[in-house]
Amino acid sequence: MTTAPASRRAARERPHVATGAEHHPDAPLSIHDMTVAYHRKPVIWDIDLDIPAGKLVGIVGPNGAGKSTLIKACLDLVPRASGRVLVYGRPYPEQRRRVAYVPQRETVDWEYPINALGLVTMGRYGQIGWFRPVTRRHRAAARAALERVGMQDYADRQISQLSGGQQQRVFLARALVQDADLYLMDEPFAGVDAATERAIVQVLRDLQAAGRTVLVVHHDLQTVPTYFDWVLLLNMRVVAFGPTAEVFTEDNLRKTYGGKLTLLDAAAQAMARAQR
Amino acid sequence: MTTLSPIPTDGPHVVHDTALNLGDVVDVLLLRDYNTMLVVLATVVLGLAAGAIGTFLLLRRRALMGDALSHAMLPGIAIAFMVMVAFGGSGKSMPGLLIGAAVTGLLGVAAVLAITRLTRLKDDAALGVVLSVFFGFGVALLGIVQDMPEGSPAGLASFIQGKTASIVRKDLWLILIVAGVVALMTVLLFKELALLCFDEAFASVQGWPVLTLDVMLLTLVTAVTVVGLQAVGLILIIALLIIPPAAARFWTERLGVMLALAALIGGLGGWIGASISALVPRLPAGAIIVIVVATIFVASMLFGARRGVVARLIVQARLGRTVRRQHLLRAIFEHVEAADAEDAEPIVVEATLVQERSWSRAALRRLLRWARRRHLLAAVGDGRWRVTDLGLTEAARVARNHRLWEIYLIHHADVAPSHVDRDADQIEHVLGPRLVRELERLLEPAHPAGTVPPSPHVIGPEGG
Amino acid sequence: MQWYTLDTWIVVIGVLCATACALLGNFLVLRRMSMMGDAISHAVLPGLAVAFLISGSRSSLVMFIGAGVVGLLTAVFVQWVHTFGRVDRGAAMGVVFTTLFAIGLVLIVRAAHAVDLDPGCVLYGSIELAPWDTVAVGPWLVPRAVVVLGSVLALNTLVVGVFYKELNISSFDPALATTLGINARAMQYLLMTLVAITTVAAFEAIGSILVIAMLIVPAAAAHLLTDRLGSMIAVSLVFAAVSAALGHVAAIVVPGWVGATDTMTSGMMATVAGGLFAITVLAAPRHGVVSRVVVRRRLRGRILREDALGLLYRLEEQDQPVTRSELVDRLRTALVIGGGVATRAFRGLVRRGLAEPAAESLRLTDAGRVRARQLVRTHRLWESYLYEHLAVPADHVHDTAMDLEHVTDPAMREALADHAADAAEDPHGTMIPPA
Repeated sequence: MTTAPASRRAARERPHVATGAEHHPDAPLSIHDMTVAYHRKPVIWDIDLDIPAGKLVGIVGPNGAGKSTLIKACLDLVPRASGRVLVYGRPYPEQRRRVAYVPQRETVDWEYPINALGLVTMGRYGQIGWFRPVTRRHRAAARAALERVGMQDYADRQISQLSGGQQQRVFLARALVQDADLYLMDEPFAGVDAATERAIVQVLRDLQAAGRTVLVVHHDLQTVPTYFDWVLLLNMRVVAFGPTAEVFTEDNLRKTYGGKLTLLDAAAQAMARAQR
Repeated sequence: MTTLSPIPTDGPHVVHDTALNLGDVVDVLLLRDYNTMLVVLATVVLGLAAGAIGTFLLLRRRALMGDALSHAMLPGIAIAFMVMVAFGGSGKSMPGLLIGAAVTGLLGVAAVLAITRLTRLKDDAALGVVLSVFFGFGVALLGIVQDMPEGSPAGLASFIQGKTASIVRKDLWLILIVAGVVALMTVLLFKELALLCFDEAFASVQGWPVLTLDVMLLTLVTAVTVVGLQAVGLILIIALLIIPPAAARFWTERLGVMLALAALIGGLGGWIGASISALVPRLPAGAIIVIVVATIFVASMLFGARRGVVARLIVQARLGRTVRRQHLLRAIFEHVEAADAEDAEPIVVEATLVQERSWSRAALRRLLRWARRRHLLAAVGDGRWRVTDLGLTEAARVARNHRLWEIYLIHHADVAPSHVDRDADQIEHVLGPRLVRELERLLEPAHPAGTVPPSPHVIGPEGG
Repeated sequence: MQWYTLDTWIVVIGVLCATACALLGNFLVLRRMSMMGDAISHAVLPGLAVAFLISGSRSSLVMFIGAGVVGLLTAVFVQWVHTFGRVDRGAAMGVVFTTLFAIGLVLIVRAAHAVDLDPGCVLYGSIELAPWDTVAVGPWLVPRAVVVLGSVLALNTLVVGVFYKELNISSFDPALATTLGINARAMQYLLMTLVAITTVAAFEAIGSILVIAMLIVPAAAAHLLTDRLGSMIAVSLVFAAVSAALGHVAAIVVPGWVGATDTMTSGMMATVAGGLFAITVLAAPRHGVVSRVVVRRRLRGRILREDALGLLYRLEEQDQPVTRSELVDRLRTALVIGGGVATRAFRGLVRRGLAEPAAESLRLTDAGRVRARQLVRTHRLWESYLYEHLAVPADHVHDTAMDLEHVTDPAMREALADHAADAAEDPHGTMIPPA
């Protein structure tokens, strides 16, 4: 086993390796040494990074890599075993207003008695505050958000009568109406049609153009380079994080997905063919 | 107004004075008193059977089905009574009433399943609707029965309230036979029911008659409930179906063990509960039985070996602590690694450390104290700490493990996440020395074994 | 049927009680916590007993405090068992409420001399006696139950009104509510406390079983009838009131049919609510069983007719004269259906003016030909698309295309045509008809 002098020698010989110790004080999202475990099993492990402002960041990685968990842990929706999350330099609970979250579609009951407009208006509830009712102004904002995702004609539909893609767009509109600075989206492209995918991408670009920061859990490797300017490759831990052009390389993908990549890729292409 | 007293009459008091003497306790626990023996035997067997079959209900997430089922039995009892009176009987024939109860009970279950299948309502609403409507209907029918010229429904109430104390030999035989059959069927159908509970879709694809199995499961539950109703009462038979399996779940991950434990807890509850009720005046046996199993439940929830709260809290706290200590050691190592000076003392500075990691000043102090206790660090004053040789060794070990795990995750990404055990002192213990040597080679072919490989992070220019 | 002032009071009490319950029930049903109503209404028993033992009186205020505390405790315990013990929520409720009920029973039996509580009354209520217990409100003598239940209804209305949007969002999407800074857990506990208070107010009048019925049944029925929370609440209130009123009428009328004079009003109210619920399940306009069956049958009928139309077109294309019975036979074997169904499909075509009788057989009308050409075009476009773009073997494309052609709208058809722009023939070598 390692002896002290040997390790000291080794330590001196190695060049400095960045450890993620330096955090930008005003980063939209700054994750420090975050570990999340279910029971004893770590799900994500020592995540330590800053999401830079104004970037469109894709999170990719194989199933079970902890992509959704990462987002939920940032929002205090699942407990962390260790670590700290700062939003624009302050703890998340103080900054709720500046963060909008788009959960996966299956998390809610789509039979709930509410129409698309009502669902989008809910995004404003936090700003309306206790006791005050929803007014025409809030509904107008919701209608405008529906229009941005191309759903204005469906405002009065009960939400179970929307297709999967339309439901996803309504969810997106709800996040838009929150008018946040940081958007966290959990698989917004899962199971949507091509038109919805285009609409969502347009909205993401608009958000970025308006200076917002967007973090998207994504599953389709093919579209990563075209959709995102930054990418986070995740497999329990950060495999790579940086501008897509630098980080989204064959080598890093192999590291993230292991032997699964080729098979996964072929399957994804076949699925895409079958769906179009 | 119909008055039905839901309070079971008192236990078969062996002792009527308040002072217990040891002889009485022994007599009751050893079933020396005939009357007490009947009651205790019946409740024990009932607890056994309910615990066993309840296990499958719990695993099928249908725990409250017993609730709906037992409430839905009331109209059946009333209807059976009316029918038997109409045909000239006394209306109080036990098998007749039980058949009536079972029929509407199963009807209620069918209604619950139909409502969830056919409408947008979820199972909780379906259960609530069926339970309250059937029971309300039963109450209305009982009101009519009581008002009928022929009807004297006295005694019908005991089906709802239970009459634990007044169990007679005939009832006991019924309970014994029914509970015995249920227990036997549970053992015989163990494999099939397990499959049904675990993966219904798979079972059906494999060609198992899922619907038939489901009906069988519910029939067995119905049988236990029917005989249990008059023994311990409506609410309390629900408890015997739910609580023992839920308590057993904390101790094991294996179905067979869980089933046996649930039966054991149910039986134990019946024995202790009925005995206490026999010893102390004015304690309703059914309620005491439930309180006994509930106590076992609370103890299991807290101290259960597999899923108990305390066990889990300990694991969690330990994990958090380990993670923090590893962070400290890695931070120490990275400092030493980064320092250029050839022969300077390896020193870490508290002020620098606190900036780097997510820990608060107080948490860092605690960690440093731990490190000093372990002789990993030695204070040199001014918030500066010297890393001891032992500390260097330990820090190097942790850093090496960490980096090897990272490499492992990268190069064996397809299988890796399921194998990662960061708590392992030595990565070799989990992966075996050969794989570890291979990982070290992967990291850096020229890297001498036993030293710490560089971090494989890919770092972006702006952060990370 | 004889109707007295007494009956009017009974109906008033029943309606107040039912609406107070139904209002809260909407949120229970939408949160999938209906059984929490069941659990709380059983679990408040020890709360009542303790409140009684401490205060020595049956004063309403003390009872409400006791019930409110235990109701809240029930919700908290269930939440603990669910999150800390990782027990399924239904089972967690079962564990908690049976245990609390048992404790309540023991308390009452042990202190029978001190506690003048009849748990029978708690279970079944005695609405028939409620009008006799009056209090003076100004110059009038009003049944106490009316005052108590009226106040509880007012309280519930107030709280639901004030916290409408918080209750709404935390029922629909607790995670979103949390990220917006609305404490979903707190809203849940508030709701459970109200349920407990309402339960106790309703006990004396109608008993716990009817409380559960009125908490859940009206809201469940309203959920099947509406698509907005506001209208769902309104419908549930009307449903509850009607059930209560009809329930009392039924309690007077129905026993006469079997030679009895009277029965329990509370039981009858639950029974009537159940009956109305059953009608709703069957006959609700959009979510009812009947309407869904009708819609499904209509769709089946249309698909059959379209297949029959396609058959006529293909025969015309091949210039094959066939008799009417041969037509039916061909459709029968192609779709594996009964002869009657096939005959009906052709008859439907004639009735809609898409086909007309000609000599021994049927032929397409002009309108039918246009429609049929479109169908066959869609079918063959799909076949060539499946064959070329998805590499489905030629001998497999027909059945898939058969399914797809019935759900293809014009926009999809044009998109398909773009993909198969150069194809004039389908994979079997037959011509694709022009648009």
